[in-house]
Amino acid sequence: MEITTIGRAGTLESNDVMITVDFTKDDGLIIEIESIVAAQFEEQIRAAIHEVLEDMRISKGHIQVVDKGALDFAIKARLKTAIKRAEGGNQS
Amino acid sequence: MKKLRRTMLFVPANNPNMIMNAPVFKPDCIIFDLEDAISLKEKDSARDLLVEALKTFEYCNCEIFARVNPLYTPFGKDDVRELVKAGLRNVRLPMSETDEDIKNLDVLLTEIEKDLGIDRGTVKILGAIETAKGVINAEKIAVASSRMLGISFGAEDFTRTIGSERSREGEELFVARCKIVLAAAAAGIDAIDTVYADIEDEEGFEREAQSARKLGFAGKSVIHPRQIGVVHSIFTPSKEEVYRALRVISAIQEAEAKGLGVIALDGKMIDGPIVDKAERIVTLAKGAGLL
Repeated sequence: MEITTIGRAGTLESNDVMITVDFTKDDGLIIEIESIVAAQFEEQIRAAIHEVLEDMRISKGHIQVVDKGALDFAIKARLKTAIKRAEGGNQS
Repeated sequence: MKKLRRTMLFVPANNPNMIMNAPVFKPDCIIFDLEDAISLKEKDSARDLLVEALKTFEYCNCEIFARVNPLYTPFGKDDVRELVKAGLRNVRLPMSETDEDIKNLDVLLTEIEKDLGIDRGTVKILGAIETAKGVINAEKIAVASSRMLGISFGAEDFTRTIGSERSREGEELFVARCKIVLAAAAAGIDAIDTVYADIEDEEGFEREAQSARKLGFAGKSVIHPRQIGVVHSIFTPSKEEVYRALRVISAIQEAEAKGLGVIALDGKMIDGPIVDKAERIVTLAKGAGLL
């Protein structure tokens, strides 16, 4: 999938996550995670992100995750929305 | 056993916290809302979030519905497709105005079920009647598909369509509520009453819930967890009602065993309708865990 724009989804409310995907850069896959539970769950968050990226066949781009204690279902959903918004050129 | 639908709790589908925690409040049903509670620019994110939630959580003790966007909007059909694929089995269709609205959804569901390889008719429909036209057509809507499990009333939009305002007394809703109950009863499905938007007015809410039970509604839509207990207490038979119903059933079973027809209990005649009502109370009591 060739995507060349930025997409964002989610909120900074408790149990949610805001994810920004930036496909304007072409220097590989970079995932930045800022989380209130990073010490305990950063690897789990990263695994959820990778699962979605593999499903959507995305191998490059900058992904910024600001997590407020979201469970996997919310992380996956927000990332999918952000990617689809980037795909559609919608920078919501 | 017939499912209890005393309360249907609306939960905005774009809020992970509420999606996770709604069952804690023990409503009989949860309606994840993709329609009025979600702004146009968040329709996509709410749908994605609900899809992932349905794939993740087991809502064992609650019946799950989604209020999708109307099929004539750019979102409605994709809502239905994506959510059924994720496991949704009950669709609440807003703005049901004619039997054609229900039939269109029926056709779409049949296509989706075929694509997914699941039995035709697996996904059920709750038609939300929210306009004067919908009320007039309630009888046809209630029987428009074998998927129908109920029809519900939406008073906020309804009062808009008749040029009225919603009052605390609810006089403007009386005819519509009666017509919806009658249409549902004739079709053998549930009628679900409208929400009461003023969550601070507990007295007004309780009065409206009591009125709903008297009119014959099976339950009421609610928008706040604290409204659940009130509705459950009103729509659950009292111990006295259950005791009386059990005595009626016992008496009629005894009479049948003896080959008797009409009998009396405590000086009052017991006939078919009385037995039917008693059986309904026992069903409700069992569903509520009283028996």
